[in-house]
Amino acid sequence: MARITAGVATSHIPALGVASDLGKTEEAYWAPAFAGYEWTRQWERAERPDVIILVYNDHATAFDMKIIPTFAIGCAEQFKPADEGWGPRAVPVVEGHPDLAWHIAQSLILDEFDMTIINEMDVDHGLTVPLTMMFGKTEQWPCKVIPLAVNVVTYPPPSGNRCWALGEAIARAVESFPEDLNVQIWGTGGMSHQLQGPRAGLINAAWDNDFLDGLSGDTDRLRHIPHIEYLRETGSEGIEMVMWLVMRGALGRKTEQLHRHYHVPASNTAVGHIVLRPVE
Amino acid sequence: MTGPRDIHEYLAEFEDIPGTRVFTAKRARQGYHLNQFAMSLMKPENRERWKANERAYLDEWPMSEEQKQAMLDRDYNRLLDLGGNIYFLAKVFSTDGKSFVQAVSTMSGMSLEDYMAMMIAGGRSPEGQRSIKDKR
Repeated sequence: MARITAGVATSHIPALGVASDLGKTEEAYWAPAFAGYEWTRQWERAERPDVIILVYNDHATAFDMKIIPTFAIGCAEQFKPADEGWGPRAVPVVEGHPDLAWHIAQSLILDEFDMTIINEMDVDHGLTVPLTMMFGKTEQWPCKVIPLAVNVVTYPPPSGNRCWALGEAIARAVESFPEDLNVQIWGTGGMSHQLQGPRAGLINAAWDNDFLDGLSGDTDRLRHIPHIEYLRETGSEGIEMVMWLVMRGALGRKTEQLHRHYHVPASNTAVGHIVLRPVE
Repeated sequence: MTGPRDIHEYLAEFEDIPGTRVFTAKRARQGYHLNQFAMSLMKPENRERWKANERAYLDEWPMSEEQKQAMLDRDYNRLLDLGGNIYFLAKVFSTDGKSFVQAVSTMSGMSLEDYMAMMIAGGRSPEGQRSIKDKR
């Protein structure tokens, strides 16, 4: 049986990918942001996941304004790093897991989550930066990846509660897959940041850290945060944190925190990262 | 469910956030061609045509004159008002060779140096930036 063994959350700031690609991670500005991922890189080498369900958002790359899926699951064999306007990142092609992805897609639809199924898609920094942060520079990613894209660009995005419930349904789907697979689920984006307008540059470290606190233990208080609170407290792009709740929902009633990292700034954004283990 | 279920109530709250344009359906409709124009700059051949003659390239798109002028001026706050979305506008400033920090700082009304210094010092405080009516 497949099982979800851990949850990971991280910001997916494009500048982190650029810093890695250009070999700048030792520079004074970037070093503290990257240092908090060293623990996780070691841990991932020991965990050896087979598949990662990677919850992220597309940033006007694979999806433009023509089609806006709320929840979309990538069922392809491969996903190429996208050309976001300055050429594709020099990182490995992302290998999918079509058998598990289709199993999850079918199960979710039976479970009343009306998924969009994607059979061809390039993946942008939202997906490749988390892989870089956790696995560093490599010739090949060490596991398969199932992209799960959430609309957090055009309002309304899904509610935090719906994201959490989707995570719960993903966990049920994974548990009913017959092959013995070590599966992790990652939630990405955030933390506080605003990339637009006169309020640009907003950071709310107190709120972010309270959100990190709320991910471990048996509380489900985070699922009830309304969109307006993310907007007011964490900036217009802080809404990405609803994607962390898909991850948290998939870990069941109770979790324990294995590792945590918070750093301001990377470019315009607060870097947040947490590693969680489901507790029976 | 959390927050309002009434879409009118849900949307009305967005108008109370200082210095912020939430990308609502209304803005998405107003900015449809503006954003699709920006998206076209993902392709190298389109970037070349845009750089060769910005005005001529813009005239191929059914955008308003205001939108075209704001684009030529790289007036990003105006472009947000006219339905632009930051992830689409990113294609334009990336083509200009500008980073997110450089482009975003222009919207904040601060110099790049002051903006970067603010970020290194911990970013813009949310105090007084949460609500216009409640002044908090």
